[in-house]
Amino acid sequence: MNLFVLLKTVPDTVEELSVAADGKSLDAEWLRFKLGDADEHALEQALLLKEKHGGKVTVVAMDAPELDEALFMAYAKGADRVAKLTGELAGVQSLASARLFAAFLKQQGDPLPADTLVLVRSQAIDDLEGEIGPFLADLLGVPYIGVVTGVVPEGAGVKVTKEFAGGLRGEFSLPMPAVLGIQSAEKPPRYVPIAKVRAAMKSSTLETVDVTPEAPARVEVEKLYKPEAAGRAEMIEGSPEEVADRLVELLANQSLI
Amino acid sequence: MANGILILAEHLKGEVADITYEMLGAGRALADELKAPLHVAVIGPGAGAVTKGLGLADAVFTVDTPGAEVPAASTVAAVLQGLLAQKQDALVMVGWTNLAMGVGSVLSARADLPFVNFGKALRVEGGAVTVTSQLFGGKILSDVRLADGRGIIGVSAGAFPADAGRSDKAPTVEAVAVAVEAPPIQFVRFLEPEAGDVDITKQNVLVAVGRGIQTQDNISLAEELAEALGGAVCGSRPVVDQGWMPMSRQVGKSGMTVKPRLYLALGISGAPEHVEGMQNSQTIVAVNTDANAPIFDVARYGVCQDVLDLVPVLTEKIKARKG
Amino acid sequence: MSPVNDPIQVSLLGLPGLAVLWVLTAVAFGIFGFRASQLIRLMMKGRPENRFDRLGARVVHVMRNVLLQPRMFNERSIGLAHFLIFWGFCVYVACFMWGLLRALVPVLPIPYPDEVPLAVLFLDVFGVIVLLGLVTAAVRRAFFAPPHLHLSLDANLILLWIGALMLSTLFGGAFRLVAEGAAAGAGAAASPWQPFSSPLAPLVSGVGEGAHGWAKAMWWVHTFGVLGFLVYLPYSKHLHLMASPFNVFFGNLRAPGDLTIAGASEESAAGAAKWEEFTWKQLLGGLSCAECGRCDRACPATTSGFPLEPQQIIQKLKKHMMETGLGKPGKETSALLGGAVTEAEVWACTTCMSCMERCAVLNEQIPTILQMRRHLVSEGAVEKTLQDMLANLNRYGNSFGKSDRMRAKWTQPLAAKPKDSRKEPVEYLWYVGDYASFDPRLEDITRKTAEILQQAGVDFGLLYEGERNAGNDVRRVGEEGLFEMLREKNAQVLAKAQFQTVVTTDPHTYNTLKNEYAWDGRAVTVLHYTELLDRLLAQGRLPLKKRLAGRVTYHDPCYLGRYNGVYDPPRRVLTALGLELVEMPRNRNRSYCCGAGGGRIWMEDVPGIKERPAESRVREAAGLAGVETLVVSCPKDIAMFRDAVKTTDNEGKIAVKDLAELVWEAMQG
Repeated sequence: MNLFVLLKTVPDTVEELSVAADGKSLDAEWLRFKLGDADEHALEQALLLKEKHGGKVTVVAMDAPELDEALFMAYAKGADRVAKLTGELAGVQSLASARLFAAFLKQQGDPLPADTLVLVRSQAIDDLEGEIGPFLADLLGVPYIGVVTGVVPEGAGVKVTKEFAGGLRGEFSLPMPAVLGIQSAEKPPRYVPIAKVRAAMKSSTLETVDVTPEAPARVEVEKLYKPEAAGRAEMIEGSPEEVADRLVELLANQSLI
Repeated sequence: MANGILILAEHLKGEVADITYEMLGAGRALADELKAPLHVAVIGPGAGAVTKGLGLADAVFTVDTPGAEVPAASTVAAVLQGLLAQKQDALVMVGWTNLAMGVGSVLSARADLPFVNFGKALRVEGGAVTVTSQLFGGKILSDVRLADGRGIIGVSAGAFPADAGRSDKAPTVEAVAVAVEAPPIQFVRFLEPEAGDVDITKQNVLVAVGRGIQTQDNISLAEELAEALGGAVCGSRPVVDQGWMPMSRQVGKSGMTVKPRLYLALGISGAPEHVEGMQNSQTIVAVNTDANAPIFDVARYGVCQDVLDLVPVLTEKIKARKG
Repeated sequence: MSPVNDPIQVSLLGLPGLAVLWVLTAVAFGIFGFRASQLIRLMMKGRPENRFDRLGARVVHVMRNVLLQPRMFNERSIGLAHFLIFWGFCVYVACFMWGLLRALVPVLPIPYPDEVPLAVLFLDVFGVIVLLGLVTAAVRRAFFAPPHLHLSLDANLILLWIGALMLSTLFGGAFRLVAEGAAAGAGAAASPWQPFSSPLAPLVSGVGEGAHGWAKAMWWVHTFGVLGFLVYLPYSKHLHLMASPFNVFFGNLRAPGDLTIAGASEESAAGAAKWEEFTWKQLLGGLSCAECGRCDRACPATTSGFPLEPQQIIQKLKKHMMETGLGKPGKETSALLGGAVTEAEVWACTTCMSCMERCAVLNEQIPTILQMRRHLVSEGAVEKTLQDMLANLNRYGNSFGKSDRMRAKWTQPLAAKPKDSRKEPVEYLWYVGDYASFDPRLEDITRKTAEILQQAGVDFGLLYEGERNAGNDVRRVGEEGLFEMLREKNAQVLAKAQFQTVVTTDPHTYNTLKNEYAWDGRAVTVLHYTELLDRLLAQGRLPLKKRLAGRVTYHDPCYLGRYNGVYDPPRRVLTALGLELVEMPRNRNRSYCCGAGGGRIWMEDVPGIKERPAESRVREAAGLAGVETLVVSCPKDIAMFRDAVKTTDNEGKIAVKDLAELVWEAMQG
């Protein structure tokens, strides 16, 4: 299979997020980036498919802070090729980035080889303008399906499992080439030892492709802010003992105990 | 000038999903303020039969699509694009749900409309709609103004009360034909959830655990607490993805929607995907080490402490109280 | 010696004795040599490891551990017996070689040992001593066998064999006395040089004139026996007798807490699954193992019912090497030792050092286990919880998955903020460690420690968010690359800090900083906080305001005690506070691990175990009369034991306190 994985780093929410002085963006000084959870799963699903059915995994990402480590990690995990799109990429949102990726993919083959599968996160925590997968599929003229938790090749296409709600899932079949929005891989993302990542840093290079984004962001943020304290929970303070006493009292008052 | 509001009804197996009523209630308020017509689109095979409770809309358009039960996002987007042109609508509301995932993006690309996702609140300012979205797992909010009145809004489930949008009034229904290409995506079948040992939607008390529980071993702490309270344990997506709990215990977007009398959220940060599944619980108590965690926005009582510290003590006290 | 006495002057099956002896000797030494070279060639296929340094120290090491055998005496029932058998054996081997040489080369102008009174005395006395030792060993095996002692036919056969060698010598002596007496026309003679065979002589005097023949027969029995033993030995567990002195000679002379990988190539950092991937020294360990089970009996994992027996690890490595190295190469597999060792076994180890502390032949079980952990890590075969921990350590520098900026959050309630040693010089750099910094259960103790130092006027500082996990346990789960990365990052921060001495809260941190960090060649003293408190106390700098009363017991953390020999400072501090210290049965170097080490604290519990190590330890402490406090000096112990106090229903009976809490208490008015 001809597997492509599109990766993106997102702000790490373990760190305190604060708003910059312009009120429209996050304060970069405190920001740290990491691959989104679904990105990790998309990569894992691609590696699982390669291991089971053979093929080649190409990882593509737009240049961003702290991206290189994630890309070398992808190498160490078993990606065959890693490409980084570079250029003036600040503020490039979903549609514009989909155009860049579509152009890159078309360079790899136009039309795309019949066994091409593009795996991308189902959604990222900052995809305000919408998830990238459908944009990309539309630009490539191939089918897309999101919230995918399982992929099995079947004939000239794939059979995928998509999550609905309440534990209900649906099975769909679609021809390749296709774009899939991965929610979670069939197995949790694998661990790759640091020694292998470091070896990858020494032995492999990241291919860079210069790009020029065209489409401006269509959604302009007017204001970014933290949720207000109003309507927040009544905070119970004290030692665990004291807190537990107070909680027991509150629950008893509402006859929950 | 086109200024109508078009809501994409969400339905599965012939049932209208709550998110539709949520959007209807909120859409009605917007439409009244903007003096615009409010339309609902029901799309899919046999769409004509799925109009229950949609009376708040000025008109309901049903569009039958070819193929099996669940149409692909691109098919739905194509139908919506056709309706926009036909019915003079400018604003589209779709659910930010697994089922509708992809519809907004495709429509946005094809109809050249801005798409604002993760919508949590809507308001009209100076004749234009401003959307408040929850970013970064609910830790940051953003305001986006749809200045020229056109756009697509992805609405989070649970953002608005569903009851306010449900109406017994018989809606005006119009079957509309929109030509779409046969989609290359085929729906094959539903995979029903495996029946769990416990139906968490029927519990009075739920003790929910999230990432803050740290290890699988610690889940036993939550189990003991649940036992003391006479309830069951459930979890957020990360915990279920770890394989620490069966999917039947997952609360949130892909999991169950629960409304127990007491929901104890332990080490759950409160990402919108989780909150939509539990925010209608009667009493929510949240325990988290991060004082800024969004879970405290939906909780009635909050404790900023480590779960591992508090829970054993709490369990003991509850046991003692019950004798 | 007259032909009538010379044992070589016989005809066996019509052949001259000398010829027979030459053939026998050649065959026996030939087989022995073949086997020895086979084993040496096998070992040389292992990975390199430099154990040829510090030769003088190695000689001393052998003298102490082989000649004196202190480890054997850890178990009294067998210690003396083994010691005596060993020395008797040495005497016998020396005399045998001497006699053999004399017999093979009759022209040599030397006597037989039998002709030298002192040698006769030695053989006589040691023969009996060894027999007594053998009886002790046999009785122990038959009636008092400790658990995990491998009761093999092999071992019994060898006891009998050695016994036969002793008896043939003693009876040989007796027959000679009978012959001597007969020659003088009297009954059996007696000799002051043969205190034990003299009384035997009358018992066999019935043979009369034939005694010469009998004495020669005994000599031949003995010679057959020893040459047979020479052949049998390298194919049996008694190989330890030949291999273990070398095992000791090439033993590890560095601190046990220094796990720097032998060879240190990228290849060796990837660990080992097949026998050739272990170092030659680790392979030698298998040949040296005497199957005595000391390691298993000391192992907290074995005792708790985890699927690990350190002895089996060593034995399986040997078996795998013998089978695939000498027999069929076996299938190509990345499974551990060809599938003989499970992943669960390898992960069960807490690296507590009990096995290695106890091993009589100084085997290195933990480095051997770690080789396999490294292999699993390099294959990505790591359980999910541990994966998350390692990912957290990589990203945030702590296992808690908290932002590194939160590391010093515990200092916020302190009245005076500790200095930032990255910005101003301090005397003591306090390396707080993950648990003491991030675990909410431990924050209070960490703050009290800070207050003690502040009130004692100690000039100290922290690295604040510059500190990362020191990597001790990371290295011990086998994530060598991550360990190196953490060490590099820490080294960069430490290079900028100005300090004289490092103090740590966590004994695990202490171990790696002390033994595994290079400090740019600076001679840096690393102290555990208990050592610092002890020093402050000695200098009269701890402003104690009251004496505490009560009986307490103290748990020696593995990485402080066994690894680094710090036993007395915490005890001195406790006594100085006015507390009565009662020792647990398992104390000091026999201390029983809490189960958290070696990264176990980051892994899931193993279902179905008998009793968690921490529970066993808490029961041990709670069983001491009048003791209400279990004092610890490791943050992980607080977590482990406080939990175990609950699960063993000992709440209210025994409290787990950190030494720092008690010192703080004594400093309050």
